[in-house]
Amino acid sequence: MATTTPSTARRRRRGLPFSGWHLFLLPVALLFLLPFAQMFLASVSPAKELVTFPPPFIPSRFTLDGFVGLFTDSDVLKWLLNSMIVAGTAIASHLVFCSLAGYGFARLHFRGRNVGIFAIIGTIMIPVQLLMIPTYILFARIGLLGGLGAAIVPWLSSAFGIFLMRQFFLSLPRELEESGMIDGANRLQVFLRIVLPLAKPAMATLAIFTLLGSWNDLVWPLIAINNPDAFTLQLGLANFQGTRRTQWELLMAGNVVATLPLIVFFLVAQKQFVATMTFSGLRG
Amino acid sequence: MTMTSRGRRRARSSLTGWLFVAPATIIVLGLSIFPAGWALLLSFQKWDGFSEAKFVGPDNYARLTTDGDFFEAVLHTGLYTALFVPMSVLAGLFLAVALNRRIRFIGFYRTAIFVPFVASAAATGILSTYLFNPQFGLVNNVLRVIGLPQQQWLEDPGQAMLVIAIMSLWGEAAFTTVIYLAALQDVPGELLEAARLDGANRWQSFWNVVWPQLGPVTVFTTIWQTIGSIQLFDLVYTSTRGGPLDATKTIVYFMYEEAFKALRFGYGSAVAYVLFAVTLLITLGVVLYARRRGMQAF
Repeated sequence: MATTTPSTARRRRRGLPFSGWHLFLLPVALLFLLPFAQMFLASVSPAKELVTFPPPFIPSRFTLDGFVGLFTDSDVLKWLLNSMIVAGTAIASHLVFCSLAGYGFARLHFRGRNVGIFAIIGTIMIPVQLLMIPTYILFARIGLLGGLGAAIVPWLSSAFGIFLMRQFFLSLPRELEESGMIDGANRLQVFLRIVLPLAKPAMATLAIFTLLGSWNDLVWPLIAINNPDAFTLQLGLANFQGTRRTQWELLMAGNVVATLPLIVFFLVAQKQFVATMTFSGLRG
Repeated sequence: MTMTSRGRRRARSSLTGWLFVAPATIIVLGLSIFPAGWALLLSFQKWDGFSEAKFVGPDNYARLTTDGDFFEAVLHTGLYTALFVPMSVLAGLFLAVALNRRIRFIGFYRTAIFVPFVASAAATGILSTYLFNPQFGLVNNVLRVIGLPQQQWLEDPGQAMLVIAIMSLWGEAAFTTVIYLAALQDVPGELLEAARLDGANRWQSFWNVVWPQLGPVTVFTTIWQTIGSIQLFDLVYTSTRGGPLDATKTIVYFMYEEAFKALRFGYGSAVAYVLFAVTLLITLGVVLYARRRGMQAF
């Protein structure tokens, strides 16, 4: 399976006889796509058609009124920018800190290494809900509450990220680094020049994990951000939903803005997304 | 002070090691172990964040045992868990078996089933309130077309949790499916070949050869989905805000209101610790059960 290129695999599939599984898979696949189809179609529907029964699934005409309304009635651009800052910082910081720490815990010898990695893996068991109240109080004390910083700081690094990178570095053959050490390079040089370029797949997994988590996070921004200027996209949308309960074209347009970037990204990098899901399943 | 050169080298390599791991370690432990300890302390206090904190011993925990609202929240969370966990594990198994083959359009099928994984709780919440809208929703329209009575869905206290479970499943079926797919692809081909040569039909070889291999994965996904279920909050917030008539108020929703609406930080922390204890007990229970059944899951 691994040896066939996608195009030959596809050609071979075309020659296969009809499989009964299509009768199951096709309806299921369409059912899974249905909510997204509803979202896209409703976002370009005339407002009136969304509140008639029976609702026309496909609108009689396409209009961008929902998007125009969304961009004029809400601060969606600001929310989008905030979410991009939060996710961008989270990903960059995860990549730097987690790969450094993962390499340190996998390869370097120092006192407290085993205690350190045990403590970090142990924290994966702690539910985030347990941490919300003290973190909220702590952030209030140091003046972090309300601003974008409150949303960013918890995403600077994560136990899962350190664990993921450590597992990857443990799987690399040591000889690669030893040859670098013989050439007189120090640990940091070996790490940057030899090890890190090999770590791209693991870093892609880490970046996707961080993107999904930080972009879609709702409960923490809900608690920690009370300043509308610092609303993230998810928080802004949830808030908007509370005030515009029945203006479906606006809400669906907001949904498209919040979801489309991730959908496109998923379609482009599906393999890496699936790898991320599989790995987050293996951490138990 | 004098140091041997070996000691000095060791000290330097220790320093290098710590420099590599320190930033991430400080962030992770600082934002987990320290708050976890503080939350434990808070759970024995009565504090609103402004006035003087008062030490009340185990009072918060004692109060939980008689708090009717908390009891309701536990029931609602239990209902959701009982609905969602079997659904998501079975869906993952079925979909993985269906997707684990080379047929035409298999790439399309996989993409369609996996892509909802990226939908956020906010987006899913808004979508559910529209799809299951009693007046204009697509679901009721389908019921009308096939001649079934229309339902109130999210506005019916008896149905709201089911709708939330269905919409969770939409987004998360991808997760259990991917886990099962990876496990199915690890089943040695020789085993299946041997079963075929012994005259087993497809059903027999699934039941006798493949299923035993999937034991550890089933244990894992059950634990994982259970832990996620008892922490349900986001989708409730974005679809029903705990309603109707508090029917979807979960443990975490209860905690959120106690801590951040009523500013009862001590009481809220006690709820969080109960949640943590339950999480640990469930994990331990399932792992021990699996061990006794002879499954080496962990």
